[in-house]
Amino acid sequence: MKRLSDERAKILFEKLSKYIGTNVKQLIDRPDGTYCFREHRDRVYYVSERILKLSECFGPEKLVCVGTCFGKFSKTNKLKFHITALYYLAPYAQYKVWVKPSFEQQYLYGNHIAKSGLGRITENAGQYQGVVVYSMNDLPLGFGVLARSTTECKTADPMTTVCFHQSDIGEYIRSEDTLF
Amino acid sequence: MGRKAEFSEKPRKGPGRKARKQKPPTFPKKSFAPLDNSDDKKLSHRQKQRLIKRDQKKKIQNAKDKKFKLFPDENKEAERNLQNHTLLKNSEKRKSIGFSDENKQWLKPKSTKNKTQGKKDDLELEVESNEEGSDSDDQDQESETDEQESGELSNGNEILKVGSLADISDDENEDANSNDDFDVSDEESDDTASNNDVDEDDDVDSDSLLPIERENKKLKRREAKEADLAAKEMQMSIDHQEIFSFPDNDSEENKEITLQEIQQRIKDITLVLSDFKKYRQENHSRTEYLDLLRHDLCIYYSYNDFLMGKLMDMFPLTELMEYLEASEVPRPLTIRTNSLKTRRRDLAAALINRGVNLDPLGKWTKVGLVVYSSQVPLGATPEYLAGHYMIQGASSLLPVMALAPQENERVLDMCSAPGGKGSHIASIMKNTGVLFANDANRERIKAVVANFHRLGVINAIISCEDGCKFRNVMTGFDRILLDAPCTGTGVVAKDPSVKSTKNEVDVQRCYNLQRKLLLTAIDCVDAKSKTGGYIVYSTCSVLPEENEWVIDYALKKRNVKLVPTGLDFGVEGFTKYRQYRFHPSLNLTRRYYPHTHNMDGFYVAKLKKFSNTIPMTKEQQEADEKELDEAITNAESVVNKNTDPMEKSVHEENELRRPLGKHAGKPNLSEVEIDLKKRKLVESKTKYIANEFEKPLKVQKKHKVDHKTVSLTP
Repeated sequence: MKRLSDERAKILFEKLSKYIGTNVKQLIDRPDGTYCFREHRDRVYYVSERILKLSECFGPEKLVCVGTCFGKFSKTNKLKFHITALYYLAPYAQYKVWVKPSFEQQYLYGNHIAKSGLGRITENAGQYQGVVVYSMNDLPLGFGVLARSTTECKTADPMTTVCFHQSDIGEYIRSEDTLF
Repeated sequence: MGRKAEFSEKPRKGPGRKARKQKPPTFPKKSFAPLDNSDDKKLSHRQKQRLIKRDQKKKIQNAKDKKFKLFPDENKEAERNLQNHTLLKNSEKRKSIGFSDENKQWLKPKSTKNKTQGKKDDLELEVESNEEGSDSDDQDQESETDEQESGELSNGNEILKVGSLADISDDENEDANSNDDFDVSDEESDDTASNNDVDEDDDVDSDSLLPIERENKKLKRREAKEADLAAKEMQMSIDHQEIFSFPDNDSEENKEITLQEIQQRIKDITLVLSDFKKYRQENHSRTEYLDLLRHDLCIYYSYNDFLMGKLMDMFPLTELMEYLEASEVPRPLTIRTNSLKTRRRDLAAALINRGVNLDPLGKWTKVGLVVYSSQVPLGATPEYLAGHYMIQGASSLLPVMALAPQENERVLDMCSAPGGKGSHIASIMKNTGVLFANDANRERIKAVVANFHRLGVINAIISCEDGCKFRNVMTGFDRILLDAPCTGTGVVAKDPSVKSTKNEVDVQRCYNLQRKLLLTAIDCVDAKSKTGGYIVYSTCSVLPEENEWVIDYALKKRNVKLVPTGLDFGVEGFTKYRQYRFHPSLNLTRRYYPHTHNMDGFYVAKLKKFSNTIPMTKEQQEADEKELDEAITNAESVVNKNTDPMEKSVHEENELRRPLGKHAGKPNLSEVEIDLKKRKLVESKTKYIANEFEKPLKVQKKHKVDHKTVSLTP
C-alpha cells in the first residue's frame, strides 16, 4: 500500500469527475472518518484510514485487497475503472442511463447500448459524458460513455449506439480471474 | 256389441305364480353328515392313487405322533421342521392330538369330513367358503349363520348334536381353522380343544348371566383367540422368510453379483443384525456379518472401505442406511440474502418475477431462502450480479450465526474462500469494524475478492497468509471463525469423489492441520475483549476425528471452554465415541446430518477464551508444534512410500495443489534422488541464461566488450 503519486492522483480525480462531477469531494470529506486512495500493485483502493492502518501488518506479497478496488493503472499510466468502482460511482452519479428490461441481458454480456434498448436518459448530457447504467427498476448495472448527446439520442436511428459499454456487473463472472 | 263372454269369476287353480314360496336354502348334507363314501362320485384313477398315498402318509404320521407324545421336548423341534408341510397333514395331526373323550362324539365326524374335503367337488368348496366368510368377526353375521345352521339341522333330518348355539359356533370356528390356508400348529388345536372345555364350563355358569353378557363373553373369547391366531400367523410369516445364509468364500469369489442382489443382501444382513441371536448362523460371528455388510455397502454406495468403516462406527445400522441414502441426494438449493443491499422480501419478490419458485428457509434464519425451481440460472441473474444474494448451503449459515459478530468488532475469518461466510459476517456487522478474510490458497482468494466486491463489503482486509502463522502477523481479535479445511465427508452429495478417495492418511493430515489452525486461532483471540473472545470452529465433515478430537485437544492445550452455540437445533456432539472419551462439555457442540436436518453434514463448536496465558512453557509449545508438523509431513511421506514410481508424478502434482505440499517428502528422499534434484537445479540455472534478476542491459555490455576484443585481435 502506498500513496498515489501526484500524477496518478490527478489522473484518478479527472477520471472520477467524468462520472460523478463535483461529488468527488464527498468521497474525500466523509462524516464517518477519513477515507483515502491507496495504490497496491498498480491498483487503486479506496479505504478507511482505520482499516488501512491495520492492513499494514501484512507484507505486500500477502496482502491481496483492502477496502474497495476502483481500477487499475495500465503500463502507459492510464487508469481503467473496474466494475468494483460501481459501488461508489452509482450513488453519486450525475448522469444516468436506464436500459429496458429486454435489453438488460444484452448489456450484461458486454454489448453497447443501442437506441432501441434505451429506456430513459438524463437531460443535458453531452457527448462522451461518463454515465452510470441502471435497469428500469434502478439496479445499477455498470457504467459507460455516451456516444450521442441527449438531444441527438432523441432523433437517432433505433439501431445506432447511444452509449458505449465500459464495464458491467457481468464481469464479476466473466473476468473474475483477470479482474483481481 | 261383441261376443258375450262369461265374466264370472274363474275358479283359482292353485297358488299364484308369485305366491309360490321359496324353500329355505338347503346345504349339502355331507358337510354335517357322517362320511358316506357310497354317495360320492366315482373317483378318478389319479384321485384314487392320491388317496392311497395319503393313507400311507397318515399311517406314518400316526406312528410319528406317538413318538412325539413319548418325547414332548422333541415334539416342538420337529414341529418347526414340519411347518411347511401340507394342510392335510396338519389336519390329520390335529385329529390325532385334539381328540379327547369329551369331544369325541362330535369331533370325529368333522375330522373325517376334513379328510375327504379334498375330494369334494366345486360346489361344496363354495359352500365352505361361504361358511368361512360368515365366520368373520361380526357378531351379527355369526348369529345369522347360526340360524342358518339350525335351520339346516332341522331340515336335514340328521340331528348330529343337541347343544347350545355357542357350541355350534365353536364347532364352526374349528372348522374354519382347519380350512385356513395357512397351517396351524397342533398346539393350537390343543388350545381350541381346551377352549371348548372352558366353553362348556361357561355354559354352566352362563345360566346365571344375561344373554347379552353371554354374548359379550363369547365375543371376548373369540377376540382373544383371534389375537392369538394373528400373533401366531405373524410369527409364522417371519419364520417362513428365508433366513439369510452366509455366502461361502468360494462361491463369493466365483460368482458375480448384481447390484440388486447386493441390495437384497444388505437388507438381509441388517435383518440378521437386528436380532442377531435369532437369525445368525452358528458358525459365523458378528464381525463376519459386519465385514460382509461393509463390503456390500461399499460396492452399493461406492465408498471406500475406510470411510464406510468410519461411518459404521458412528451410526447405528438403521441410521446409517438413512444417512447413506440421504447423502446420495443433493440438498435443496439455498441462497442467502445480502442484507447490506436488499431485504429478503424484496429479493424474493424480484426473483419470483423472474420465474423462481422459492420459500423462506426456516424460522431459525432471517436471510435464507430455499429455491425449489428456477427458469433462469440463479448464478447469473442481474440480482445476483448486483450482489443481492449469495448462493450458499443452509449449513454454512450456521457457524456465522454461532459466531454472532457485533458491530465495530475486529473479526477474523481464517479460511475464508470462497467468501460466503465472510460476507455473511460483514453483513451482520453492517460494514462496520474490520473483517479480516484470510485464505492460504492464492487462486481461491480471488473468489473472495470478487464476492466481497459484488456483495458490497467495504470493511474487509483480504490476505493470503498461511493460517498457521497468523499469530505472527496479528493478534487481538474479538472473534474468529475457523471453517477448517477438511475431508468433506459431510458434503458427499456435492462432491462424490470424497467417497472413494479419502483414506486414513488424508484424515490424519486434516486433523493435524486443524489442530494447528485451531491453536493458532485461539492464540490470536484476545480474551480481554469486552464484547467477544470467541472462536467458532466448524467443518463440513462428520468424522469425530476432525471434530470432537480437535476440540478436545484444544481444550487440553489452551485456556478455552466450550459455550453453547446459540443454535437451537442439531444433534449434540459426541462425548464418547468407541473407546474414546471426550470432555463432557462437548455436548454443547452441534452436529448436522443430511438425513435429520436436510442440510450438508456439518459440525459447529463455539469456544470462549478465558485467559490469554498459555498453560505450558514455550519449550513444550514448540515441541507440540514440531510434533504436529511432523505428523503432517509424516502423513505425506507415508503417501510417498505407498505410491508406485508410476503414480508418483501424478501424486506430486496433487500435492503441489495442497498448501503443505512444498515440504512433502523432503526428509524422505534417498541420496540418489537428492543428487538428481541438485543436478536439476544446477541445470535449470545454466539452461536459462536470462534470470529474473539480471538486467538485459548487462548482456548487451558483455556483447559489446566481446565485439571490441574481436575487433582488436586481428
